Amino acid sequence: MIKRYILSGEDFSIAGEASSSFKAVLKKLGIDAGIIRRVAIAMYEAEINTIVHGGGGECEAEIEGNKITLVFRDQGPGIPNLDLAMQEGYSTATEEIRELGFGAGMGLPNIKKYTDSMNIETEPGKGTTVTLVINL
Amino acid sequence: MRLSDVKSVLNAKVLSGESESQLNEKEIHTACGCDLMSDVLAFVKDQTLLLTGLINSQVIRTAEMMDIVAVCFVRGKMPTEDVIELAKEKGISLLQTDYPLYLSCGLLYSKGLGVKND
Repeated sequence: MIKRYILSGEDFSIAGEASSSFKAVLKKLGIDAGIIRRVAIAMYEAEINTIVHGGGGECEAEIEGNKITLVFRDQGPGIPNLDLAMQEGYSTATEEIRELGFGAGMGLPNIKKYTDSMNIETEPGKGTTVTLVINL
Repeated sequence: MRLSDVKSVLNAKVLSGESESQLNEKEIHTACGCDLMSDVLAFVKDQTLLLTGLINSQVIRTAEMMDIVAVCFVRGKMPTEDVIELAKEKGISLLQTDYPLYLSCGLLYSKGLGVKND
């Protein structure tokens, strides 16, 4: 089963709707609550990143066999220094985003913590693709 | 601690419309006082009450992802109607207290919420 979500970069207030919707799908399928929680947190963090840093994009969520795969694609500015971005506490978020409670530099480290694998392909000026896998 | 006890300790108003008996049915084991949703996503455990001074819709989204039972807005902060509606839709209880964050956490802790006895 594949679900596709468009992540608009225009309105931050609707950020999280895709994660909310996919969480409901997983609940209906009777997936283990602990796994749903991990997927929901990782997906929400990545959704926020795609909107805040990528200027919007898309997410493809697939449940197949014994794993859930989430792919986030944006055509944003890319991540100039991935090692720095992976450090807890490092953030390039704007003041406006910080006022909304994000930009503490916990996004990518948190995604890594809650997933079984995380792969990031990024190129300056071209965008970023983040692929996350959570085993069932 | 039951949510009805939280309401009483914090002299809080209920924004999400639950009755006293409905609040009495909701049990929480601990609380988190935080204005950084990033930290909430990183550290919060189950059956938690979130106390915060932030009132935007991402507070409710964060609570939803973390299975947070209830949110209490501190310092008399009042969210907009669409934020309250989103919480109701997701089954998240909303309280509001005039107490600041530090005092709210202190009062709940002094009543035993989140105190480890081991």
